[in-house]
Amino acid sequence: MSELDYDPHDLEHDHAPGDEPPESAGHWVMNYSIGLALATILTVGSFILPALGLVWGPSLPVALIVLAIAQMGVHLVFFLHITTGPDNTNNVLALAFGVMMVGLLVIGSIWIMVNMHHYMAPTPPEAMGHMAPPSAPSTVPPAF
Amino acid sequence: MSDIVPASVEAVRRVREDPHRLGHRGHGEGAPVMGAGHGETGPANSRIIVGYGFWIFLLSDIVMFSAFFAAYAVLMNATAGGPTGRELFELPRVAIETGCLLLSSFVCGLSFAASVAKNRLWTQIFLLITGLLGATFLYLEIDEFIGFAAQGATPQRSAFLSAFFSLVGLHGAHVFVGLLWLGTMMAQVQAKGFSRMVQHRLLCFNLFWHALDIIWVALFTVVYLMGAAT
Repeated sequence: MSELDYDPHDLEHDHAPGDEPPESAGHWVMNYSIGLALATILTVGSFILPALGLVWGPSLPVALIVLAIAQMGVHLVFFLHITTGPDNTNNVLALAFGVMMVGLLVIGSIWIMVNMHHYMAPTPPEAMGHMAPPSAPSTVPPAF
Repeated sequence: MSDIVPASVEAVRRVREDPHRLGHRGHGEGAPVMGAGHGETGPANSRIIVGYGFWIFLLSDIVMFSAFFAAYAVLMNATAGGPTGRELFELPRVAIETGCLLLSSFVCGLSFAASVAKNRLWTQIFLLITGLLGATFLYLEIDEFIGFAAQGATPQRSAFLSAFFSLVGLHGAHVFVGLLWLGTMMAQVQAKGFSRMVQHRLLCFNLFWHALDIIWVALFTVVYLMGAAT
């Protein structure tokens, strides 16, 4: 790790995502291997959890989401080398903004659409008959 | 802070004594803050600027993916009498796909470590394994899509299937573009060696490949596991 093109002192002040301050190759391999081991455990966990029946059925999605978020954390820390160090502030702030946008988009969409479903009166079967005469039934009913 | 030594010498001394600047940041106007473009030490190293810029791009890409995730979550039950996820999804295939992508991400990290150590042979070997695992993933996914189409589950069948094919297909398209980029990088490492530009591109490719794996984690959880369980 000696003949790098860049000034190593610069790299000790700021930190590109995915990069590590100059370290030995063994350190990198160790880091990626820990990440792979943790990610494998979490992946296997999410795949066998529904089959095991250890978790109460309706709470299964929550358990799967928790495992997925844990695995994303493992990827960020061990593969993308995002840390809480002061040299990483810019990367973490950008990530925080990204997470906020993702949260607003996904949670906001689900919230609005579930609400809309809730307030829409269920269509009675007689009304359905008016919409599509029985002589010519619609082959593809409106999905949404 | 001494008045005699130039600011940059002082900054380098501080870095050596306290690499993570815990409690020893310069204060006030003119205090040298390396990497921030302030003071007298100049802007950050180009490697950091490139990596940070690509990080911003990846986050915007993830925001775009989140819109597809939101659409899928909303349309998940709009099957219009057609096949549901529970009937279609084969979890063993998804498990193999996940394993391929995770291992590929790991080997890509190894190739990056080899490239930082400027070892051309191992960089190329690891990049090749990364690409082969990625290609296996893509083959399994395309095979799955063809199988769905044979059962009449095409994107135009229901809103659920439209959302499914656009979300999973978008990820597959990213993997395909990543494979093209990977081939280009292997050629560049061979032709140009580990020049500064090639090192920057390898850093960006490494970030891209790991980000695709993070998106796949969300995808196999939300689409396949939750779709097959509920």
